[in-house]
Amino acid sequence: MSNQPHELRYDLEVIASWIEPGSRVIDLGCGKGELLWHLKNIKKCIATGIEQDEDEVAICIQKGLSVLQGDLNKEVLDYPDGAFDYVVLSQTLQQVYRPVGLIRELMRIGKRVIVSFPNFSHWSIRLQVMFTGYAPKNKLLPYDWFDTPNIRVITINDFRKFARDLGYRVLREAAINTNHQAHFGRIVRIFPNLRATYGIFMIGKKGESWWL
Amino acid sequence: MSDYEVRAQNGRSVGLVEKKFFEFARPPELMPLESGVRFGPITIAYETLGQLNEARSNAILILHALSGDSHVAGYYSKDDKKPGWWDIMVGPGKAIDTNRYFVICSNVLGGCMGSTGPSSINPRSGRPYGLDFPVVTIGDMVRAQKALIDHLGIEQLLAVIGGSLGGMQVLEWALSFPHMMKVAIPLATTARHSALAIAFNEVARQAIMADPNWRHGDYYGGPRPDVGLAVARMIGHITYLSDEAMRLKFGRRLQDKKVFSFNFDVDFQVESYLRYQGKKFVERFDANSFLYITKAADYFDVAEQHGSGSLVKAFSKARARFLVISFSSDWLYPTYQSRELVQAMKKNCLDVSFCEIEADWGHDAFLLPNPRLESLIRSFLDHAMEQ
Repeated sequence: MSNQPHELRYDLEVIASWIEPGSRVIDLGCGKGELLWHLKNIKKCIATGIEQDEDEVAICIQKGLSVLQGDLNKEVLDYPDGAFDYVVLSQTLQQVYRPVGLIRELMRIGKRVIVSFPNFSHWSIRLQVMFTGYAPKNKLLPYDWFDTPNIRVITINDFRKFARDLGYRVLREAAINTNHQAHFGRIVRIFPNLRATYGIFMIGKKGESWWL
Repeated sequence: MSDYEVRAQNGRSVGLVEKKFFEFARPPELMPLESGVRFGPITIAYETLGQLNEARSNAILILHALSGDSHVAGYYSKDDKKPGWWDIMVGPGKAIDTNRYFVICSNVLGGCMGSTGPSSINPRSGRPYGLDFPVVTIGDMVRAQKALIDHLGIEQLLAVIGGSLGGMQVLEWALSFPHMMKVAIPLATTARHSALAIAFNEVARQAIMADPNWRHGDYYGGPRPDVGLAVARMIGHITYLSDEAMRLKFGRRLQDKKVFSFNFDVDFQVESYLRYQGKKFVERFDANSFLYITKAADYFDVAEQHGSGSLVKAFSKARARFLVISFSSDWLYPTYQSRELVQAMKKNCLDVSFCEIEADWGHDAFLLPNPRLESLIRSFLDHAMEQ
């Protein structure tokens, strides 16, 4: 099981491509450990994960990954400053209750933070709201307003501004177009805030360039 | 830990096993104990299962809990009704696979199942030690195990695994001999007893010491403090289950009757269960050993003994890869105590995995068949062996 190369989801593939081989990485909300497995076995990273769900934690441990069961908001508090080269928060920010506190904490324990989230300003969502008058619902965001875990509505423009307002530097960003769970996707370069389904950002402290 | 008469769900039994004995610390080379006393000679009873490979890299040390012994799996003879205490976990094709690993399990120092303890003969007096037996600690138990592992010619263990008091020994191993294992798996355990855990132990000890037959530990050759030991065991059993487990297992059901007896005989099933457990325990366990081992558990404090009060500092010594497991309904060593261990490991950037297994059976869950526990241990060992 553990030695079979996994085909990575496209958004995770983009994230993995930003991570230097051999780095220390923590993946928050690591699910079944797809990204962690790739980082550990292909990129030879020292990779660890946090996941709340017991079943998913067990799957990760069975794959030979180092994963802790717990609430990522609390678990990150235990790590010393600069414990990681990269902190990954993939597809989770939109579910976080206190994003500012969390991002600051992640910047404390890691040199760089990679965040990805669904782009709520995609044209299909805009059109849905405009023409139907109902809260948007689609394959990417399959929830009703009353049962959605996505309590934060974020757009690519919002996050860029958010990072700058907090005093961090956007080191890399990618707008991608893919369906959820899709292994294929593409980078969106023209009108990303309108046309991309996901935004992926790497932020760092001021005065640091991404290639350093 | 309780006794469970459960047969293997999968895999075969390892078959017949033999108890062996290792003697060391013969005078004048006595073993220094944590209390400052120098003690010897010491006999350690142990059993091994499976084959040690040529590289001597497949040895797993299993540490037993309070009432366990070296008989971890298999049978002593064809007529044995019960296999060893962790037969569901250890055997050919099982999670701790004796076709792949060389498994070692020894009885703790201070025990009564073949290792030197208060019921052993004091060579100086020719009579059982009783309370002349020195107070031993978890650290002393582990140093005695280390002597055994050295004697077996194993430089590094693949894994040390244990639950409850066995989990404390795992932690002690990981901090006292950090380079002697690749991985450490503490189950349902704690860095130190809470006041609650000490309180239960103290009530159990008082039950023994209040028994007139106890006679300050000098009861060998006469009537034994069976009533006290049985009550002590009953108290233990309450802490090993949980509110939920007791509700499921007994509820308020009556034992062999439909109406109350209106006297102090057994009415409820839970009473009958506790009395049975107490009675069964006195047939195989020594009351003084119970006193010594519970005291060792109460004294155990990883933070104090290895980190001058700091758990984080204590774990700065550790080098093993850890898999920490707790059980959701364990109220003797609740999950928050496992999380404290994990937190200290994280602060030291150690390689640690942690899983809280959802289980109804309280502290005893680690002894019961549990596919989740079995698959976690199996795969964690697989990966350790591959590395």
